[in-house]
Amino acid sequence: MMSGMIADTRPHAGELDGVKRRRVLQQYRRSQRRDCLRALALVAPLCIFLLVMFGWPLVTMLTRAVSNDDFGAVLHRTSVALAEWDGTGTPSERVYADFAADLRQAHDEQTMGQVTSALNFEWTGARSLLMRTVRPLSTEPENGWKEKLIETAPDWGNPDLWVLIKRLTQPYTSRHFLAALDLEQAVDGSIQGVGPEKAIYVTLFLRTLWVSAAVAGLCLLLGYPLATLLARLPLKTSNLLMMLVLLPFWTSLLVRTTSWIVLLQDNGVINSMLVWLGLVSEGNRLSLIFNVTGTLIAMTHVLLPFMILPLYSVMKSIPPSYVRAALSLGASPITAFWRVYLPQTIPGVLAGTLMVFVLAVGYYITPALVGGQSGQLISNIIAYHMQQSLNWGLAGALGSLLLVGVLLVYWLFNRLTGGQGLRMG
Amino acid sequence: MAAVAFENVSKTYDGKTSVVDNLNLRVREGEFLSMLGPSGSGKTTCLMMLAGFETATSGEIYLGERPISRVAPQRRNIGMVFQNYALFPHMTVAENLAFPLRVRSFSKADIAPKVKRALEMVELAHLGDRLPAQLSGGQQQRVAVARALVFDPNLVLMDEPLGALDKQLREQMQYEIKRIHDRLGLTVVYVTHDQSEALTMSDTVAIFNFGKIQQLAAPDEIYETPCNSFVAQFIGENNMFSGTVCERSEGFCKVRLANGDEINALAVTDAPVGAPTLLSLRPERMRVDPPAGDDWTITTGEVIEQIYVGDHLRVLVRVFGHHEFVVKMQNRSAGNGLTPGQKIKLGWRASDCRALDAAAGQAGAA
Repeated sequence: MMSGMIADTRPHAGELDGVKRRRVLQQYRRSQRRDCLRALALVAPLCIFLLVMFGWPLVTMLTRAVSNDDFGAVLHRTSVALAEWDGTGTPSERVYADFAADLRQAHDEQTMGQVTSALNFEWTGARSLLMRTVRPLSTEPENGWKEKLIETAPDWGNPDLWVLIKRLTQPYTSRHFLAALDLEQAVDGSIQGVGPEKAIYVTLFLRTLWVSAAVAGLCLLLGYPLATLLARLPLKTSNLLMMLVLLPFWTSLLVRTTSWIVLLQDNGVINSMLVWLGLVSEGNRLSLIFNVTGTLIAMTHVLLPFMILPLYSVMKSIPPSYVRAALSLGASPITAFWRVYLPQTIPGVLAGTLMVFVLAVGYYITPALVGGQSGQLISNIIAYHMQQSLNWGLAGALGSLLLVGVLLVYWLFNRLTGGQGLRMG
Repeated sequence: MAAVAFENVSKTYDGKTSVVDNLNLRVREGEFLSMLGPSGSGKTTCLMMLAGFETATSGEIYLGERPISRVAPQRRNIGMVFQNYALFPHMTVAENLAFPLRVRSFSKADIAPKVKRALEMVELAHLGDRLPAQLSGGQQQRVAVARALVFDPNLVLMDEPLGALDKQLREQMQYEIKRIHDRLGLTVVYVTHDQSEALTMSDTVAIFNFGKIQQLAAPDEIYETPCNSFVAQFIGENNMFSGTVCERSEGFCKVRLANGDEINALAVTDAPVGAPTLLSLRPERMRVDPPAGDDWTITTGEVIEQIYVGDHLRVLVRVFGHHEFVVKMQNRSAGNGLTPGQKIKLGWRASDCRALDAAAGQAGAA
């Protein structure tokens, strides 16, 4: 009775009358705004850094994958003239004249390279063709540019080449993305697969996928028992062992790789041991490095800590009393592990697998060093296009596809964990 | 026949110090036995050995007539309630309860009614579909109890099951566990460091210290007649003061205190004349202005401080020279307080003052 009466006369905390409520709300918002601004100020340096060093390059890469700007800019007169051409037969004399003028200007301004390289990817022999064409451009022709150009090189009479040039003068292009998927646009505009001798990227993407999945699987296989042990040991011992786990992080990449070469090469420690034990004959030494096996072994070694750490932190948070409870309730140790322990480690398993997989998909240096020819991954070809062939558009397209793939995996992961996201303990 | 028997059980982790030292204990069928003691006294180790998560270094534990040292935990058929409840977080309440039945290969048709009955027993029939994380602490506790009972175990172990609950809930759960124990006639071994919990729930209390049982007795006996100075100090509040035995007679002895005074005390210790002894005297057994009588010890003291607690007053009194006694006075009427510095007459029955062994806390008579 007493308590009931007291409760009735007390004003409820949530109920304030109109004016007062508005004022309180206003004060609340003002105080929130200050907190919000402070939080923003704290993360601002990082945000700016990320925007400049990560966001901007990312956008540049993505635009490069679809942009044709350079080509159209150098041949701007030609592109205007070509706009009126319907794509059948050879273009008009005006197109040839503008093209000659553009080429001459490009030659003088030394911007020919952008035209040559773009055209060379699409048209075999375009480099020498352009070289041959530019030289005699200094003198005015007698019967018009069209005749002169075709005379210099018969290719200029081929409408397909002009279709290609017209396509290249468009501001945006899908050719890099098509090339990244081993596809090309035929002269008639239809999309077709490139010949088997040129198709390499899909194979590389698929290899990257299965190698990454295999590395993640191997890491899980090796890391799970170890993490279980670490989580169970007293802190002093587990700290020592954890140092050993982290050792790969602290060792120089080159030292690590060299050690793998010493161990795995044909005349290396492991092969010699196997031969000595008589398990392998002298002539049949296993090729363990400079192929996909080498890539798998070295990447598993490097990425193992990324599996163990999330597993360990999740396992550490599972009190031993759960397994004990399962045992006391009559479950065999295997049932207790399978039905009680394992389900609780799933967040760690998923986090570790995702992390290793995503890192492996983008891994570059290890496959480059120990992968040989068959152990190269997609990142190696991206690097090749960035540094050697200078086809940045294609590199951008390959990179974008990789990014989309990783985002897809992450989305899938989020669905699997029911939106919990990455849990690092 | 005893439901559980420890015979000469010892346990050591490092080969040097014994966590459990040559322990002998019998638990009757249907008995509620509490193991009570400070942390590190060996009570939890005893429970873990009984459950099978620790093995005894020597000695044997019997469940009924069966020695269980070599029996795996999952084959002992012992229900256990853990301190943190250990409810499986990825299973619903009903799945948690069904777990012990499923691993015993009960059919679905048998499991459902058993789970339902167990949930009804702890009044949670409506929460079967919830996950443990969606329950309050008290509800989780009840599920843990139900899960430990659903497979009709021979014995139920509880490892400080109420430690995480607040005071009010704890008292309610004590009552509920006791009610379930009485109704089902379970044999329960209950580990706690909360003495009021042990005293209110148990049929028998075993006081542990240094890996030994210091006293094994009913709760009232433990409180009223502690057999050594450790139990006297550990259970409830006691004024402890030392002296020397100077005369022994039938059941009583005369003890000389540091200031030369001699008082009568009940001789619990078998210390001979001239040996040191520790006297214990409960604060609520002392009276201010006591009645005259042969069996009363009466002395004068000086009030140092008075603390108002509500239902009683705690008065700090200096007696026998330098000893400071706590005296509990019933708060019978407002304003009956004493003022610091006031001289008062203080008395108690000689039989309430117990002469115990001298070394409090040392491994003593079990």
